Amino acid sequence: MSANTAVAEKYRNNFLKEIEEQVEMGDWVKMCMQCGVCSGSCPTNFQSAWEHPPQELFMMIRAGKREEVLTSSSMWNCTSCYNCIVRCPRKLPITHIMHGIAEYAHRLGMAPKMQPTRFFSGLFWKNCTNTGRVNELKLSMGLYFKDGFVQGIKNGMAMQAVALGLVKAKRLNVMELFSGHKCKDQKGIQAMLKKAYEIERSRKAAKMAG
Amino acid sequence: MTEHVATNETILVVGGGISGMTAALEAAETGKNVVLVEKNPALGGRTSQLYRYFPKLCHPTCGLEINLRRLKGNPRVRLLTLAEVTGIEGDTGNYTATIKIHPRYVNENCTACGECERAVEMMVDDPFNYNLSQHKAAYLPNAMAYPQRYVLDPAIIGTADADRAKTACKYGAVDLDMQEETIQVKAGAVVWATGWQPYDAAKIQPYGYGRFKNVITSVEFERLADLQGPTGGRILRPSDGKEAKNIAFIQCAGSRDENHLRHCSRICCMASLKQTHYVREKYPEDGKSTIYYIDIRAIDRFEDFYQKVQADPSVSFIKSKVAKITEDEHGNPVCHGVDTEGYKRYTTPHDLVVLAVGMEPSVKGINIPGHIVADSSGFIEADPANGAVFGAGCASNALDVNRAVQSATAAALRAIQVVNKVAKAEA
Repeated sequence: MSANTAVAEKYRNNFLKEIEEQVEMGDWVKMCMQCGVCSGSCPTNFQSAWEHPPQELFMMIRAGKREEVLTSSSMWNCTSCYNCIVRCPRKLPITHIMHGIAEYAHRLGMAPKMQPTRFFSGLFWKNCTNTGRVNELKLSMGLYFKDGFVQGIKNGMAMQAVALGLVKAKRLNVMELFSGHKCKDQKGIQAMLKKAYEIERSRKAAKMAG
Repeated sequence: MTEHVATNETILVVGGGISGMTAALEAAETGKNVVLVEKNPALGGRTSQLYRYFPKLCHPTCGLEINLRRLKGNPRVRLLTLAEVTGIEGDTGNYTATIKIHPRYVNENCTACGECERAVEMMVDDPFNYNLSQHKAAYLPNAMAYPQRYVLDPAIIGTADADRAKTACKYGAVDLDMQEETIQVKAGAVVWATGWQPYDAAKIQPYGYGRFKNVITSVEFERLADLQGPTGGRILRPSDGKEAKNIAFIQCAGSRDENHLRHCSRICCMASLKQTHYVREKYPEDGKSTIYYIDIRAIDRFEDFYQKVQADPSVSFIKSKVAKITEDEHGNPVCHGVDTEGYKRYTTPHDLVVLAVGMEPSVKGINIPGHIVADSSGFIEADPANGAVFGAGCASNALDVNRAVQSATAAALRAIQVVNKVAKAEA
């Protein structure tokens, strides 16, 4: 049984409870009074890119629309501007809830695979934990080639002038593509991260079981 | 003025709005002596500044008139106007209040003939109209002011205008030498009925009150609709005097908001529903009201009032708290937000936006004896620790006129019980 079917079974017909218990800050969702100030204050133009504004997501959670919420790309579009948190009359930490739901959907393997924010987050994390330093050249290359080789070349050509400018200003080193700079104790960093993963895994497993 | 004989059997009522007047009269009509203290030059408080009451849509003149008649016929109420309680000392059954009385510069010879008003030239802001207009510095506070007596604004004292007012008065009523006095009054019990103040709308930054002229508050809208108001009862917008026919009402402007007032102010939904009647009354052909709301709280028996407004085709309801107001090139306020029914963004211009501002207790920050227990919003709680200081009306909760009167009657009863005990102990 996958993690997803296990929790779906556990919280059958009570998605709000699932969100409350499993998602960071998820216990705040029930406090929403559907006034709409969060969405009205959101700088993201959700009409085209953002399917469901925050208060709609909260309503969908209450209505038990599990599949629609977890597979939605909406919470991935949050830019963390914090307008909603500042203005929410009930002081819901909306930005954090958005990130909490996104992370939960990702953990269950339900998040849209090629959603750009999600893709970039994964790419960034792998990139910087590998050597303990961010390799900006590899990071941007990875993003360019997200949608295939041909699109990657097109993206690269489009950004050519910017890249050349950066090279001239010595802000970009072409040699980074081959090895790249590292932190002093690469093994130490990785051991530390391994331990952190272990702790996180055991905590989340306990939450799922509990 | 200073020779009031007050004893431990006297009830001190602080605030002369509808609650204070009610408490004072209920107590006086059972035979108790009452000292009624009012900060303004006339009684009536915020109720007298309304155009109409809900739900019957009658004019407050009517309800106040009944109370003023009761007051005029009752020698047991001693009224102090332009007076503020600056401190209370003592305990249940034995309080001493310090009262500061500001000079009116007009004595009881005044017949309200208005000669002084015609004689002076200086204009000052008119607080009765929430400073939307100005009046002469010698003025009658409002058309049905009680006491029906003129007031000189302190700003004209020492100017030629003051002398002009004095010369114009045929009755020797203008007394330019009046001084501020501080008196002490004894009382067995205190009814604290200082009412409410509209929440400072400028604090709700995204709504632009104070920055956009055509964003006003609900209390200011009452004055625009009133025949005695700054526009003579025509709903004109402040920026250009144009007739405002397409009006937006924004509910919960400050209320139910942890960043502003955490309580529901209870009256604002009914007030806005009532104000849609004003729009239809003034512009029966093409008046249009839009109510932006979270949920309409037309409590208990007011539900039918709400249903009637819903049936009115000139009123539309949008379930959304407006997120932001901007101004377009014609000076129209534009409401931005997301409609919770369908989750669609809207950007809607109106002629005028009325913010249904919440009720803030006016006890906040005022020096009443240190042990007063208030709730998290600053309203006075009914608590034994308060001794014989009883909150009444909007000093104790966000209430409409009807409920404020009930609350004041209850407070009067508590005060009567205290002074009865004092009387027995002394007998």
